[in-house]
Amino acid sequence: MEVSCHEIWREISNYLDNDVDPRLRERMEQHFAHCRHCAALLDSTHNVLVLIGDNRAFALPADFSKRLYAKFAAHLASNR
Amino acid sequence: MATQPQPRPDEHALIERIRAGDSEAFYDLIRPHERAIYVTAYSILQDPSEAEDVAQETVLKAFRNLHQFRGDARFGTWLVTIAVNESRMRLRSRQRVRLESLDAAVPDDPDYVPIQLRDWREIPSQTLERQELREALTRALAALNDKYREVLVLRDVQLLSVAETAQILGITPGNVKVRLLRARLQMRDRLVTELGGWHLKRKGK
Repeated sequence: MEVSCHEIWREISNYLDNDVDPRLRERMEQHFAHCRHCAALLDSTHNVLVLIGDNRAFALPADFSKRLYAKFAAHLASNR
Repeated sequence: MATQPQPRPDEHALIERIRAGDSEAFYDLIRPHERAIYVTAYSILQDPSEAEDVAQETVLKAFRNLHQFRGDARFGTWLVTIAVNESRMRLRSRQRVRLESLDAAVPDDPDYVPIQLRDWREIPSQTLERQELREALTRALAALNDKYREVLVLRDVQLLSVAETAQILGITPGNVKVRLLRARLQMRDRLVTELGGWHLKRKGK
């Protein structure tokens, strides 16, 4: 039996994590093959995950490391 | 789809050296994780300067409490747990009230329908070089409810497992998955709205 669009929206995150059972996976894939809306949802959600998982997405402030280690060095010095 | 970062083979040796008194080795231990600490704190606090304070506090706390690290969790997970706890403490003391109006419709809402788009399939990763896109990601992340943002950052930015995320946040793996679904779809809906048109324009369509 084919899955509905609503069921796709509920399971799409698990699908992307490869965390749905093989039968459901197959039924979802049948749905994606002919539902352009859900196929676009899948692609765009996947794209969002690729973007936010990229190291360049959230940059560290300039000189962050320098200040971090200066603070640590000061801590070490004060405990000597 | 998230791949687990490989365990760092020399971490155990570094920890032993620090415990034996070589404090300088702590720099090498922390360096691979500094980004994760900052991004975690930032995702909870949404304030770069407070996130930096928390990152510094996390590093000092980890150094002082290194004897408590047992090695049954990964060192990075242990650090992120400290950063989460520090950030939450600050958040509580700030007693900030989030505007619920920012929280968009969620997928278990019977009226939820993902925003339609015709074509947003190709996002070359070079687009991350664009300030515009990075700002849109930051805004979309900021607009999420705290509990969704925490899960999204640990799973999809730090690429931690469901089990590790559950352990750090003190919730069940089932809860992680439910929150993750909402977080991902809300991020996607916001970015489609904000970037869809821009990206299509750039493609010259």
